[in-house]
Amino acid sequence: MSARSRRAPAPASNINAAPPQGTAGEDRVELSRQDSKAVRRRSVQLLGMLLRPVRLRFAITVALVVLSQAAKVAGPLLIAFGIDTALPALKDQGANPVPLIVTGGGYVVAALLASWLTAAYLTATARLSQAMLLDLRIQVFRHTQRLSMEFHESYTSGRIISRQTSDLEALRELLDSGISSLASGLIFMALTAVSIFSLDWITGLLVMASAVPMFFLSRWYQKRSQSAYRSSRVVSARLIVHFIETMTGIRAVKAFRREADNAATYDELAEDYRRVTVRSINLNGIFQPGLVLIGNVAVAVVLLVGGFRVLGGALEVGALLALLLATKRFFQPVGQMAMFYNSFQSAQAALEKVSGLLEEVPTVQPPRNPVPLPVAHGDIRFTGAEFGYGNGPVVLPRMDLHIPAGQTVAVVGATGAGKSTLAKLLARFYDVTAGSLKLDGVELRELSTADLRRAVVMVTQEAFLFSGTVAENIALGNPAASRSAIESAAREVGADTFIRALPDGYDTDVNKRGGRVSAGQRQLISFARAFLANPAVLILDEATSSLDIPSERLVQGGLHRLLGASGATGVAGTSGGDGRGQGGPGRTALIIAHRLSTVAIADRVLVVHDGRIVEDGTPAELISGGGRFADLHGAWQDSLV
Amino acid sequence: MTDADKSTDNTTLLASLGRLAPQLKPIFAPLIWGLLSALAASVVALLIPQVYRVLVNSALQPGNGTKGLWTGAAVVLGLGILEAGLIALRRQFVIVPATTVETRMRTSFYRHLQSLAVEFHDRWGSGQLLSRAMSDLNFMRRWMAFGAIMLVVTALTVVIGVALMLSMSWELGLIFVAAAVPIVVFGYRFRRSYGLVSRRSQDQAGDLATAVEESVHGIRVLKAFGRGREALDSFAGQAQELQATEIHKAKSLAVFSLVVTLLPELALGAGLVVGILLVSQARLDVGALVAFFATAAVVAGPVESMGPLMAMTLAAKTAVDRHFEVMDAPNTITDPAEPVRLGPVRGDLEFRGVHFHYPDTPAGTPELLNGIDLVLRAGETMALVGVTGSGKSTLLNLVPRLFDATAGAVLLDGTDIRRLALADLRRHVSVAFEDTTLFSNSVRGNVLLGAAEHPGLSPDEILEQALEVAQAGFAYALPNGVDTLIGEEGLSLSGGQRQRIALARAIAARPAVLVLDDPLSALDVNTEERVSDGLRAALVGTTTLIVAHRPSTVAMADRVALLQDGHITAVGTHSELLAGNDHYRYVLASLSEEPKDLDSDLDTDTENELADELGAAPRGTGPLDVVHRGATA
Repeated sequence: MSARSRRAPAPASNINAAPPQGTAGEDRVELSRQDSKAVRRRSVQLLGMLLRPVRLRFAITVALVVLSQAAKVAGPLLIAFGIDTALPALKDQGANPVPLIVTGGGYVVAALLASWLTAAYLTATARLSQAMLLDLRIQVFRHTQRLSMEFHESYTSGRIISRQTSDLEALRELLDSGISSLASGLIFMALTAVSIFSLDWITGLLVMASAVPMFFLSRWYQKRSQSAYRSSRVVSARLIVHFIETMTGIRAVKAFRREADNAATYDELAEDYRRVTVRSINLNGIFQPGLVLIGNVAVAVVLLVGGFRVLGGALEVGALLALLLATKRFFQPVGQMAMFYNSFQSAQAALEKVSGLLEEVPTVQPPRNPVPLPVAHGDIRFTGAEFGYGNGPVVLPRMDLHIPAGQTVAVVGATGAGKSTLAKLLARFYDVTAGSLKLDGVELRELSTADLRRAVVMVTQEAFLFSGTVAENIALGNPAASRSAIESAAREVGADTFIRALPDGYDTDVNKRGGRVSAGQRQLISFARAFLANPAVLILDEATSSLDIPSERLVQGGLHRLLGASGATGVAGTSGGDGRGQGGPGRTALIIAHRLSTVAIADRVLVVHDGRIVEDGTPAELISGGGRFADLHGAWQDSLV
Repeated sequence: MTDADKSTDNTTLLASLGRLAPQLKPIFAPLIWGLLSALAASVVALLIPQVYRVLVNSALQPGNGTKGLWTGAAVVLGLGILEAGLIALRRQFVIVPATTVETRMRTSFYRHLQSLAVEFHDRWGSGQLLSRAMSDLNFMRRWMAFGAIMLVVTALTVVIGVALMLSMSWELGLIFVAAAVPIVVFGYRFRRSYGLVSRRSQDQAGDLATAVEESVHGIRVLKAFGRGREALDSFAGQAQELQATEIHKAKSLAVFSLVVTLLPELALGAGLVVGILLVSQARLDVGALVAFFATAAVVAGPVESMGPLMAMTLAAKTAVDRHFEVMDAPNTITDPAEPVRLGPVRGDLEFRGVHFHYPDTPAGTPELLNGIDLVLRAGETMALVGVTGSGKSTLLNLVPRLFDATAGAVLLDGTDIRRLALADLRRHVSVAFEDTTLFSNSVRGNVLLGAAEHPGLSPDEILEQALEVAQAGFAYALPNGVDTLIGEEGLSLSGGQRQRIALARAIAARPAVLVLDDPLSALDVNTEERVSDGLRAALVGTTTLIVAHRPSTVAMADRVALLQDGHITAVGTHSELLAGNDHYRYVLASLSEEPKDLDSDLDTDTENELADELGAAPRGTGPLDVVHRGATA
């Protein structure tokens, strides 16, 4: 796909100076030296942060690995003891069986210990890696939930899924196999190195000298594999994005016969993915045999140098043999270490992306010191409020608006006039860029998320259903609600009848994206959600678009009751009185609709044009005023039966 | 989560992995070469000590010339290079073929998914499918390229090692072999239990991916209701389940590893005691004892790695099972064996005794579509009206065969649509759904997606026309005009804008039959009117079936069909139905004739007000606005 220029507008001016921030430019593979350093640092920091809470467990796991290695060493020692000591003891006249018993018993104990320790560290490794994975999973999930709509509207769902699945998979591979092979390998090499030095320091130095080519080989590998794994992450994300898009839009894919084109695109992406995978595996295919080669060359050199010393009489043949075996052993775990380094590179590239996502700052943030608002009345006041997306142009120019508690306000205007923007500001999907927006005298951005969402609820046009039952979906409005409350909310909006007709009634699984219920029924369910939530301020953003007239009428009736039977006197009515007299103020409602039927229950109408409120008054006033609303209203009535 | 039928697999390991055979056939030779390289590398590694032996016995005697030493070192170096070369060679042989197989399986998986019916996709979450397409296949490749080969090499090494040990001392060898018996028994149990957990963990990982997918697609709802916390809790719950399964899996492997390492070691311990006794009784010489244990030491490594390799193989089996579970899902909507090719399509559309119910509808419930008979004449525009949930959308879905009727038939120009090739049918039939899916592409790309050849018109002109009819001229004002990227990866458009692009797409396809599902629901009244006017002109000669919720949409139609209780209960012009059909009036006008909701008497006020308001409305001037039923009596 093409470069995602649309996320660029923020600090695009000085790309070279600023280090990569968040997810901007995450598709780039070739990074400048300092950018590359910055993202790697970020990635390692994330790894460190994940390790910190489990450092004790980490230490225990490493200890278990080391101990199990030690227990394994005991076996050969006991065999040597058996042959050198126990055997002669038996052959002696005394025929002393004690050393034999000690040997046999010791061997059994060592075997038990070694295998138990192996099992223990396998389990410990799994616990460690799963704890870290769970931690990261939850962090990423929580963070993506926190990120503002602005972010979600440009970052694709496929990318988030890719971060949460295949990127985490890379980390999991590192944690599952990496820790034990690294720890056991290092210990093994260290112990062997000590024994080599104790036998002969010259050989020791020779072996150590092999570290030099190994270092250069590793550097080479690190550089190459870094970009290989980076592109592997980028390409796999693309593959996933395409996959998810196809599967979620499968109806349209079929209806428009996209199968062949899609398959061609996917083939191409899958082939790209294959190529980068092969590239990274091939790098490892040079790296690992390269390390083996260095080890083998070192053995040959030790043999040659040692051989000359043997010929010169400076070294015993037996000692040389021991040195050769030890040198060979020294390089044995190198293959494992290469595997560790390989998965480390892969995980690091993955964590670069994940940490970038985590670094994204929600543009809409909960306040540090929230002002409590336990009981909201629903008084809304925009003062000198302005709004524009990012650093883009102002969409909603300076505006003053007061909606008293309990008022039902209809917002009308042509598509794209800024009605939804108004709703999104009120629901705090976005923050005003200037001026203030207050609920009951409290700045919206100073309310805790819990208070805000209890007070303000928005029902949007797209009624998304989650997997689970109908009842669970309605309960989203208020998870604490009882079944009877759920059912009565459904009754209120006229959804009860069709829900009861479903195979399992309220316990019917709605399946994937509500495949089973129609668009209109989905809207009814999401209405029931809002009724259950029972907020002080209700925002309806074209929420009745898919309803037929009878359903809409039921919803209207329900709304009418929910909104506290306020002065909804319709277009014709000019009751003038404040119908909220009985039982305190009702709910405040902001209703955005292109169907003016909704206006019937509104106390007040706002006509929005080019982001400005151009008309404001009771429906009757506006109709008699002969402005835009009067025109719209006329056209709407024409459209009716 | 998804109730995708995760049939508990009863297939055996070999049967499952055997299903890979056809995939592996073309790469069989490189796999064998890879195996041989791996074996050769092991042999070379074993040869190097032999050189030491020769050197120690001959060249390395003090006073000898350096020639022998040089030769020896050169041989060791040569063998060392050879070993590294063989290791590299194994990868060279295997990697590319294995990734090719992986990619081939991945793309055919995707193709198969695309061909599977909508009904399948309704049941399966995308996340679950994604995990099968990505991690399962990745795993399978790794097993092919590494696991399978190493399993063979390891097994061979163990067998050869044990044979050597038996040849050195049959008594000691037998003790070692005896340890293998409980391992085999235990391995059998391990295979079952580990297979089950590994299946569970991979399924749970897939469900977790589905949960992520939903949390992102439903982000607006979660935000609007402030339910991030609950979503997180439920996600965390699921993630913890996966964690528990993974740990259970690791424990199961740990126990197996314990047995696999412990038993041979115990046997060796016993062997040591017996061996020393044998030597002391002079039934065995020390050299043989030393050689026995030296060999045992060589065998120990491979034996130990049997555990992880077995686990890897079992997980690969799970991956294979999960892959083929989807690949085996039958495609319920397929091309006919001998497709009929229609000549020029007139556009006569007929529903003849059409019945439909969703596959998992419990027996006894009435069918959603229960004998639909409806005839659309070529070029006619028919509105479909019915209450929410009456099956209008379902009926529409039958025309492009997104679902198939369970009984009866849909006929295009008198031919059962099931006798047409799917691609042909979907070329003749174009749709615009109410929930509009735009693809990640430019506006141009989206609109011209299924565009037919328009003689004498350039694509730009087709685009312009379609956008004009759909009142989607706003597209020219987007940042990059009609080349602006939209869809999930592009600019997000409002609901009304998306609907108009989708409408333009359906129009540009110039189909014989156009199926529109409430295509104007998100438009404001003025725009709707302009779109309707444009559509009416553009649809001349196109058979159109349009779901309508509003009188304004119905106004576009020549005739209206009323869908009620799974039947078409009335067909006629708008005015006829309005005059003579109570249910029609109930659905489309503001009159109420059906029993009201129990508590609807509470809102008679609103009801009356609405009615008043409608009654007070000035007479429309639309062609269909013949009869105007006013307020309730």
